[in-house]
This record gives sequence, structure tokens and C-alpha cells, in this order.
Amino acid sequence: MLRFIVRRLLITIPMVLIIVTLTWGLIRLAPGNFYTGEKRIPPAIVKNIREKYGLDKPWYVQYGKMMGRLLKGDFGDSLTYPGQSVNQILWRALPVSATLGLLAYLLALLVGLTAGTLAALKQNSKLDYASMALAMLGISVPNFVLGPLLVLLFSLTLYWLPPARWGGFPSWNLVMPVLTLSALYMAYIARLTRAGMLEILRADYVRTARAKGLTERQVIFRHVMRGGLLPVISFSGPALAYIITGTVVVEQIFALPGLGNYFINANFSRDEPLIIGIVAFLSILILVFNLLVDIAYALIDPRIRY
Amino acid sequence: MKDQPPINKPESDTPEPALTPLGTVSEPPIRSREGDIIHTAPEFAIGEGDVRSADTGVLEPLAGTSLWKDAWRRLLKNKLAVFGMIVLAIIVVASVLGPYIIEWRTGFSYDTVPPQMELNKAMPPFRDVNGNFSGLHPMGTDILGRDILARVLMGGQISLLVGIIATFVSLIIGIAFGATAGYLGGRVDNLMMRIVDVLYSLPYMMIVIVLLAFFGGNSRFMQYLQSIGISQQKGQLFLLFIALGAVSWLTMARIVRGQVMSLKNQEFVLAARATGVSTTRIIFRHLVPNTLGPVIVYATLTIPQVMLQEAFLSFLGLGVQAPLASWGSLASEGIQNIAIFPWQLIFPGVTMALTLFSLNFLGDGLRDALDPQMRKV
Repeated sequence: MLRFIVRRLLITIPMVLIIVTLTWGLIRLAPGNFYTGEKRIPPAIVKNIREKYGLDKPWYVQYGKMMGRLLKGDFGDSLTYPGQSVNQILWRALPVSATLGLLAYLLALLVGLTAGTLAALKQNSKLDYASMALAMLGISVPNFVLGPLLVLLFSLTLYWLPPARWGGFPSWNLVMPVLTLSALYMAYIARLTRAGMLEILRADYVRTARAKGLTERQVIFRHVMRGGLLPVISFSGPALAYIITGTVVVEQIFALPGLGNYFINANFSRDEPLIIGIVAFLSILILVFNLLVDIAYALIDPRIRY
Repeated sequence: MKDQPPINKPESDTPEPALTPLGTVSEPPIRSREGDIIHTAPEFAIGEGDVRSADTGVLEPLAGTSLWKDAWRRLLKNKLAVFGMIVLAIIVVASVLGPYIIEWRTGFSYDTVPPQMELNKAMPPFRDVNGNFSGLHPMGTDILGRDILARVLMGGQISLLVGIIATFVSLIIGIAFGATAGYLGGRVDNLMMRIVDVLYSLPYMMIVIVLLAFFGGNSRFMQYLQSIGISQQKGQLFLLFIALGAVSWLTMARIVRGQVMSLKNQEFVLAARATGVSTTRIIFRHLVPNTLGPVIVYATLTIPQVMLQEAFLSFLGLGVQAPLASWGSLASEGIQNIAIFPWQLIFPGVTMALTLFSLNFLGDGLRDALDPQMRKV
């Protein structure tokens, strides 16, 4: 197990380097530069800018410098937010995105697991059909449609909730963004839980558990849940990547100053250090999280050994 | 099985005699003078306890059915899948023909307004300029006076096009990659699948965003394309096909690999190899066609995902560029005026949700029909 963790952590480093290189290469391959806008800049100033950001050096020197900085954990200075380092921006934006993503995931787990389990235990009942139809709806309605519709209903018609902006952690501003973000994962988790549980309910070891006289409650919670949850756990790796993509949209809709919002703005303003900083940071997050998921998997499923 | 006579359900009292596979009407039972039924020869052949006679309610000639026919019959039994198919057919036909019909009947195209119209006035659904009922704009107009129905249908064309072509791109990459890995096996397979694993855990949408931001839209790259004679619209769509196709093939590769691995040790592959067929030909002519079932199912489920991704990018302003529209870009226009003109968001949004809903139902139904064992019990 320890060997597995160490090996995986060692793979993580080159993978982050690959992702960063890919992003950097894409940015550099694109013709044009961050200072080439509509306005003509005098050549002397262009020369100064190029010198300041080291753009007059050959590409491998620039690449090496960037990588060297990155390995020290320094993402450099933003090109569009004057006087702010990328690290500062990351630390300011992270709490917003993390709160949003975490709450959305927890809500999705809570509702999805409950609905999926109930649907599986009462297969083909009205409850089953209703929750699966709702889940299909959750998968099919895009978040950028759901979010505005919620705003239309709760803010512009009923005047219950504030329509946008960040208001700190426990605030009414969070309700709609979290709901919007979590709908898709709620639906996925409900479907996965139901499918997983139905499969396990027919497994031999569940029959054995019943046969040896366990109460139904014990059978469900000790044996069925444990096996039925495996698909949900293995989904939480991709789920994080999806949630990060989802926060990009949700932060745009509700004007929240999170990582996704900064990422989009950085892309439009060609703020290379900020783009690379966010990509590198999120890649590390996703890779480490995937490792944790694999470890959790091994702990829950005794058949898996590393 | 083919030459078995039809089985008549014992308690059925259908007046008309059964049809044999040959289409001839079988003789009614002959009665003896005492009233006992004297069985005709074919009915003698099947015992009373025959399982097949117990549960078949319908008289079915036991003609050989192909896998596809069988699957089609199962699909038609699935009400939700049929619903999906019908809705989808309506949306596809409306998207393809609708914009032209609207332009022909009313003069409104997705991007233009007839010259005599009053501009800069967004009208609610089924209302004219004076607020009276009118059938001219069933979905209303936007702030520039453009007909929203025409825009939604045109957007549908683009959304469906991107969904289908990008899925096709992902299909080609996924099949080639998965089939090669599965057939070659061993170290090559190991390496190729490790690559897939690595790609799975990348935040690839972020890289797609970077790609489209730096190469799409109004970038220098697009200006360069225009200088060599490729219009910006075409260039942007092409970029979308490639970008979305390139990130959607991973699961397809896994599915095809699994299928090929289970097929490659069967006799027909051995026979092909024995007759000297090349490896490439075995993979693409003998193995790939046999994986078609799961591939079709998964492709049906990939289309809605790709469409969602396209809409996501267009919503952020990175996908389809004006004057072209897709459901994502229409929604992003709609959200700006949501307080005053909510119908600008609601119609494209609901149309898109309905399409994805139908595609998902159809995909689920196809999976159940083509592979009953994979059915979610």
C-alpha cells in the first residue's frame, strides 16, 4: 500500500509537468501576444515589455525559467492584475471555489445516495420511477439553463434569494449556486447508487448474509451499502474534474470571484502566468484527489490490493 | 428452429387458424365422430408441457430473427426510448427545415429581419408590436427584432452538427486506439491503456478552453485562416469538432478494447489469420464490425455529452461565434436580459434540455435493447 502511494505520488509530478507544458505550448503556439491589442504600441515600448518578461530570450530559456519557478511553488506575477502575484490571486479565489464545490458535492452525495438507495430497495415502485425521472432531468438540463431559471424564480419573481455576488460562507447567496452546481452530480450519484445497489442485492454474499439470519437493516447497511457504494466512490475522481468545470459556469452566472472566473478572464486577456498557475494548481488538486479515491477504494473493497 | 411448426397457445380461442412459416393456413383440428380432437401431425410433435407454448400470447412464426431486428423490437417496447426517438426526429427535422420555412413564410431569418419591420423591440411570444395576439413569432423576438424560433432552430442545426461530428471524430479515434490496443495485447496494450488512464485524470476542459481562447474567436490564428481563404465560421466549427472529439474518445477506446479482447480468440479471427489476412485488416474488417452494438450505444450517449460541452464553451463565448448561433450561445445571450425578456433564455434552454433528455432516453433504451445483459436490472 505504501509503495503504491509513493509510486503514485511520483507519477503525479511528471504529469503536472506534462499538463503545464501542454498549456504553455498551446499558448506559445498561438500567434500574437498579450501586448498585441487593438492599440498600436511604439516599438521601443514593445522592446521594453519583451525584455521585462524575458520574451526576447529563446523559447527554451523561457520554458526553463518558468519551470524552475513553478517547481519552487512560485507562479509569477499576473499580467492583468497589477501588482498581484498569481499566488495571491489563487489564495484569494480558492476559498470561493472550494466552498462552492465542496458544498455542492456534499449536497449531491446526501441527496443522490438517499434517492438511489431508496429507489433500489423499492425497485419499480412509484418512488423509483419518480427519482429516476428526476435524475434524468438533472442530467439533461444544462447548468447554465438551470441557474438562470432558479434566479428567475427565486430572485426575480419571489424575491426570496439574492440573485448574484459573493456573501461569505454561511449566506443566502450560496443557495442557488450550490443547487445549480450540484444538480448534475446528484443525478449521476443517484443513478450510480441505484445500479450498484441493485447488482449487489442479487449477489450471493447478500443471500448468505440473509440466510445466516441478519436483520434486513444489517444486511443493507453492512453488506449491500458497502458494495453498492463502490461505483459512487470511483465516480468521485471524475466528479471533481467535472465540478471544477462546472464552477467555471456557475461563477460566471452568479458573478462569484472564484478560480473559474479568474481562469476565463485570464484566457480572454492572455494572462499567461495566471492561466498556467490555475491549470497547475487544479491539476495537482485533481491528481492528489484521485490518489485519495484509490486509497479509499482499497479500504472499502477488500478484493482490491495494491 | 426454422422448420418448427407454429405453436398454438392451448387456451387461445382465436377463430382464424395459425399461419405456418410458409404462409399456408394450417388445417383446423379434425374431429372424430365422438367429438375428440384428432390431432394433426404437427401438433402431435409438441408435447403439452412444452415451455414455449405456455407463455407466448401471440402467434409468432419462428422465423430466424437477426440481432438487429430483435433489438429493434425490444427498443419499440421501451416507451421512453420511443418517446425519445419521436421527439428527436421532430427536433432534427424542424432544425434542418425550419429556418428556411420561416424565412420563406415570414421573411425572418435567424440573423435578419425584413426591411419594413420595426427594430430594437423585443416582443414576447405570440405578441405583435402593439401587444395583441399574433402567430408571427411563437417564441417572441430578441432585442434586435430577430425571430427567436428561427434562431433556436438554426442553433439546433449547429448544436446537433457539432454533437454528431465531434462524436464521430471521437468514434474514429476511440475505435482505432481501442481496437489496436485490444488486438495487440501485451506490453503495447499496457502502454496504450496507461495513456488513456493518464488522460482520464487530466482537467482536459481547461486545456480545451485555452485552445479555443488562443486559437478560436478573433485570434491571430483565425485571421491567418481567413487570409488563406477559410472563413472564420468554418474555422471555428472545425476547431470545435477537433477539440471536443479529441477529449471524448477515452471511454470509447476502453469499450472497444474490452470487446476486441473478448473476440480476438474466436475461430473466425484464427481463420482470417490462417488465410493470411493482415493485422490491420483483421482489426478493421473482422473485429471492429463485431463491436458495433456497444459502440452505437455509447455513441448515442456521447452525443448529448458533447452537445453539453459545446454549449458550455459557447456559453462562455469560446464556442460558436456570432452571427452563427448554437443553443449555448443563445442561452448566454438570453441570460443578459433575463429580468426583462426571460423567453430569450427559456426557449433555447428548454429545447436543448428536451433534446438531451431524448438522446439520453434513446441511448439507455438502445443499451437495454442491444445488450440485455448490460441492462440496469
